[in-house]
Amino acid sequence: MAGEHKHPNYMAIFWTLAVLTVVEIGVVFLPFGKMVNGTLLTALATSKAALVAMYFMHLKFETRTLGLIAVTPLAIATLLVFVILPDAFRVAHKTANVKPAAEAPAKH
Amino acid sequence: MSQAAAPHAPSHAVVEPAESPLTPESWGKLGMWIFLAGDAVGFGTLLAAYGGMRATSADWPNPYEVLGINLTAAMTFLLICSSVTMVKALEWLGRGDRGKAKMFLFYTALGGAIFVGCQAYEWTHLIERGLHIDGNPWGAALFGTSFFLVTGFHGLHVSAGVIYLLSIIGVVGRRPDPAASYNVVEITGLYWHFVDLVWIMVFTFMYLL
Repeated sequence: MAGEHKHPNYMAIFWTLAVLTVVEIGVVFLPFGKMVNGTLLTALATSKAALVAMYFMHLKFETRTLGLIAVTPLAIATLLVFVILPDAFRVAHKTANVKPAAEAPAKH
Repeated sequence: MSQAAAPHAPSHAVVEPAESPLTPESWGKLGMWIFLAGDAVGFGTLLAAYGGMRATSADWPNPYEVLGINLTAAMTFLLICSSVTMVKALEWLGRGDRGKAKMFLFYTALGGAIFVGCQAYEWTHLIERGLHIDGNPWGAALFGTSFFLVTGFHGLHVSAGVIYLLSIIGVVGRRPDPAASYNVVEITGLYWHFVDLVWIMVFTFMYLL
């Protein structure tokens, strides 16, 4: 604990991140549909972000409480998605219902 | 007089405890982590709102067809490289080589500056093709609004990071003892890696999905 950490193999992390980025770009062109591609891409992005936080930001070598501070925003953002989504889908249904009757002619 | 003051003023040289239970190295590090957690909530809110708007929209354009991902993929790679030069700077400082540390800090700042330059090029190109903050030829107007807001907010962070890095090169230069600036450079690194981390998310959610 005297100031210096044990250094992880940064080049290995770098190459992993580079390869994961190439895989991500590949996933975009997979024919599995939005849902599967979206899940894959989210998983890949989260793994990349975790690698950066754990090794480049040394979170792996910090105290557990600091880790909890770092993870809090992720929990808040995830919660926020669930707060927004029900509303989002409700509005989508509404606009879908209204569109042919009222909105379509006024638009063009 | 001296009697009254004595209990409150211990004889000499009491160093302020540079120790917290969370980050034993310094309070500054804890401060940066708390700042970054707050900043992450800011980005998280923007991305969650982006997801909400996109789910609501019936005519959201396909981002990777409109925006193009070749340049941004290269920009992503560039930021990952700059994260590596950042850890190298800290590594060299830990070994006591201030010159190499400053050189790698400069490479990191250069990577950031090139990133912002690429972003300026990308924005100009997209604006010329009709992507504006209040509308675009491909569909939902909010597509342009959210694109400029989120990438702009991130670009602002990179620009601030470049200035931050350049000023830290000055700090390393002024302090003859490499150990004296180790902590400062480590804290700068936290900020810089965070900017990289956020871009990983922005690239995935705003360009690829």
